[in-house]
Amino acid sequence: MIISSSSVILIGILGLLGVGFYGLLATRNLIKVIVALQILVKAVLLAIILAGNLRGQVNLSQSLALTVIVADTIVAVIGLALAVQIRRYIGTLDVHSLSNLRR
Amino acid sequence: MLHILILAGAIGCAIEAMRAKRLLISALWLAGTSALVAVLIYLLGAPEIAVIELSVGAGLVTVLFVFAINIAGEEVLDTHSIVPKPVAWVLVGLSLLLLGWLNLPQLDLPLPVQLGDPFSNVLWEQRGLDVIVQIVLIFTGVLGVMGLLATPKQSDPHPEA
Repeated sequence: MIISSSSVILIGILGLLGVGFYGLLATRNLIKVIVALQILVKAVLLAIILAGNLRGQVNLSQSLALTVIVADTIVAVIGLALAVQIRRYIGTLDVHSLSNLRR
Repeated sequence: MLHILILAGAIGCAIEAMRAKRLLISALWLAGTSALVAVLIYLLGAPEIAVIELSVGAGLVTVLFVFAINIAGEEVLDTHSIVPKPVAWVLVGLSLLLLGWLNLPQLDLPLPVQLGDPFSNVLWEQRGLDVIVQIVLIFTGVLGVMGLLATPKQSDPHPEA
């Protein structure tokens, strides 16, 4: 059985998605949650480019990927800002300690 | 073969980013993942996005992470995760099986290959709304940076009577 190059890349994308999902579920540190989110977005980015490559519409996929990169960066900035402020006001980055909104 | 090596490297960097105890090391492994993903994107024939991913994903985001970790400080949490790890493994395995089952057979279907327009045409003419959304997002990002830099209000040393 010969596995095509696109199948290999798709399996790799699934691997990256798995690492990101697991990180989101298992991590308690807020900054590491953002790292896991970044890994998930890298996998999505690769999937978009692969889909464009397979359809022969690489430029359309590039334009979509550009939007994803911008949105991903903004999500990281806002998430990090939230994490820094939470650390400042609550004193910890532990997700579990955020169960109360009022202190 | 090159694809397999780069993908294995990217997945290895991602695993190390999750396993690293120190946040700074984790951010550096994430930069490695971004760089390898950028190389793969280049090999898939999308050089413009590869350059942007390399500069934004591996450069700007890493700088932001290092900056935020410097402000917030390192915090090593060795406590148990909220979701038990076996449950997390099962959930991840099930979701990946579902994704693979749905997507892998689709790769072998013959798809109509269309001749794509140039990147600039696609971006400025067909995806004009995306560009507007990106501008709005960048303004939101500026607000986010202000949130990152904001300092708590000092209590007034001379309160009025």
